[in-house]
Amino acid sequence: MNDQQAGPPAEPTEPAPPVLRLTGVNKSFGPVHVLHDVDLAVRPGEVTALVGDNGAGKSTLVKCIAGIHPVDGGSIHFDGKPVRITSPRDAADLGIEVVYQDLALADNLDIVQNMFLGRERTRGGLLDETDMERAARDTLASLSVRTVASVRTPVSALSGGQRQTVAIAKAVLWNSRVVLLDEPTAALGVAQTRQVLDLVRRLAERGLGVVLISHNMNDVFEVADRIATLYLGRLVAELPTRDTTHAQVVELITAGRSGDLGLPRAENPAP
Amino acid sequence: MTQLYPNSSSGEERTEPADGFAIDTTRRTTREALGDYAARLRGGQLGALPALLGLLTLFVVFTVLSDRFLTLGNLANLLGQGAGIVVIAMGLVFVLLLGDIDLSAGTASGVAASVLALHLVNDGNLLGAMGTTVFVLFCGAIVLAVVLALAARLWIGAGLAALGLLLVVLGVPANPWLEILLAVCVGTAIGCLTGFLVARVGIPAFVVTLALFLAWGGVVLQFVGVGGTLGLRDDVLFAVANGSLPVWASWLFALVAVLGYVALGVGRHLRQLRAGVVTAPTPLVLGKLGAVVLLALAGTWLLTLNRSPNDQTVIAGVPYVVPIVLVLLVLGTLVLDRTRYGRHIYAVGGNREAARRAGIDVVRIRMSVFVVCSTVAAVGAVIYSSKVGSVDPQAGGGNTLLFAVGAAVIGGTSLFGGRGRLRDAVIGGTVIATIDNGLGLLGQPAAVVSIVTGVVLLLAASVDAVSRRRAAAVGR
Ligand SMILES: Nc1ncnc2c1ncn2[C@@H]1O[C@H](COP(=O)(O)OP(=O)(O)OP(=O)(O)O)[C@@H](O)[C@H]1O
Ligand SMILES: [Mg+2]
Repeated sequence: MNDQQAGPPAEPTEPAPPVLRLTGVNKSFGPVHVLHDVDLAVRPGEVTALVGDNGAGKSTLVKCIAGIHPVDGGSIHFDGKPVRITSPRDAADLGIEVVYQDLALADNLDIVQNMFLGRERTRGGLLDETDMERAARDTLASLSVRTVASVRTPVSALSGGQRQTVAIAKAVLWNSRVVLLDEPTAALGVAQTRQVLDLVRRLAERGLGVVLISHNMNDVFEVADRIATLYLGRLVAELPTRDTTHAQVVELITAGRSGDLGLPRAENPAP
Repeated sequence: MTQLYPNSSSGEERTEPADGFAIDTTRRTTREALGDYAARLRGGQLGALPALLGLLTLFVVFTVLSDRFLTLGNLANLLGQGAGIVVIAMGLVFVLLLGDIDLSAGTASGVAASVLALHLVNDGNLLGAMGTTVFVLFCGAIVLAVVLALAARLWIGAGLAALGLLLVVLGVPANPWLEILLAVCVGTAIGCLTGFLVARVGIPAFVVTLALFLAWGGVVLQFVGVGGTLGLRDDVLFAVANGSLPVWASWLFALVAVLGYVALGVGRHLRQLRAGVVTAPTPLVLGKLGAVVLLALAGTWLLTLNRSPNDQTVIAGVPYVVPIVLVLLVLGTLVLDRTRYGRHIYAVGGNREAARRAGIDVVRIRMSVFVVCSTVAAVGAVIYSSKVGSVDPQAGGGNTLLFAVGAAVIGGTSLFGGRGRLRDAVIGGTVIATIDNGLGLLGQPAAVVSIVTGVVLLLAASVDAVSRRRAAAVGR
């Protein structure tokens, strides 16, 4: 196989201004306070890993950004400008795409139909299938996705990894600026995890801001530029991957603190 | 970056790709396509095949048992008998695609039919026919429907319901075309109410439509009167289900339909070939087009022969119900397959949460399918009322709805949502009409007809369930 280069190689970028910034985000479900004053910055061209124990609030945070859950307090800035995200449509309009933990694909539709769901292209009032199919195929090709037999395969016939691939390719198709991936590799085998992680890296190389949620430390350390840790709904640390060790992150996840990092012991230096 | 995915060989029998994504085969040979089809069948995706086979079996059985079954007169009669159910079933497919059910479609169509009949019999004076109280309540319900449709931004639904209100209030003298329009508008208004209760209020469709099934049955009784029958003494209304196109018009219609079908089919195939997107093999496309054209022309020829039972009169031509059903089928299929609205219906039926996350207004889509269902059911009401020539308190009651649901399911529409096509309703409705007609010719009582229809429906539902299990096992 003569494989062409899949895009420009990654260049170490200077810390760019964040494309998406959350400040003091709070979220409660009734009496359950799930997110406490979460601050998070997502920079273009970087993979930010979001880690935390089960129930720490990772998925909730993602759904708040995606407009599935309204936030109770705090602000969201996109490209430096304050924005209000109240529906999935708002998030999509900004260029925020989400790959959900519980997959959000319609089984009875094919790959093309799923990739364009909710934003179908039309011509003269009728669906422009030709155009959509080409765009979908081009996108998959640009990501060097080679595992699907046909873009007209119904999603119900795809494997877990292929579904994730479709969900991620959907994000690229829309020229998104930010892609949030909630445990995209949780249900995958070794080879398929490999593919998805490569894909995640390629998204960042294209200049997208990527947030990756994962419980697998090896994956996190392999692809992430920064690691943000949620502990019981609080964002306790956000550190560059190269300045961090496995042990520290595990401690942050389980105890919310590691040495000087994380939750303060007694005094409160929070702004 | 070579050998990134060493195990990416999902297309074993496929040719080696030449460039980036060429592994995505857009063209297959006829043999591969047929092989894929066989694999799909083995995998449990049977589509309309069981229903077609069942229909063939029924035809053979009835032909053997009754010498009157396979006569031109009877076949034409069969079309008229089946059309009402077929049309109601087509509307139901929209609801079934969402995994919902509309048990009230039958009696709702009865309401439409009785309003039509009242308007005709009383020369447009609905106020006099209903009495003041009932009339005011009736108008109030339509106004409510308009408001609800507007609130849900269902513009077409609101427009039709408002038009219905206008026709009711103006009291224009009897006119068959206006009455047909009025019936359709009443259907739309009813659908707005049903859809609101299911989609916006959130009551399960089964409960809402069961309640409305009873309520509309009462409304029909109120409109028609206990023991009363409203005769439809009007040439146009009588012709809908009993008349035929003149022979020349039959051929013209057949020609236009066939040419249009071929032009669309070939044009689409050429466009796909030129654009290099996924398409069926050319021989297969041509074969399918050819088969449909042959069938259509053969059918037209048979229907243009004289089928009169005596020598004094000549009865020939394609019955009006054929173009009516065909137009609805083509329009509906266009909407379901080629518009965003149709795509969203399938998406909501396949995965409601995914549709919501994709920014689709799930509530609006859900409400709209009930509007479509009742509107189309009203068209069905016009047809079956025309067939009998009158509207009685039982209009749309009894087996009407259950036969229509049965038709959709027998044709291959899933009750679990997301899977089904309009032609399922046509095929399934034909099966049910054939059973009814054939057993009638054999002199079997209604009891037998009901039992046989029930058994066939059970068979169809088992095919659906078994094929789902197989599909799950094969991973499709
Ligand atoms: N819709 C909801 N209603 C009420 N509580 C909720 C809801 N969604 C999440 N929660 C609660 O919020 C908390 C955080 O849940 P979340 O799904 O965000 O965790 P998570 O970090 O994604 O965990 P996991 O790693 O298991 O996916 C949990 O205690 C959960 O019970
Ligand atoms: Mg989660």
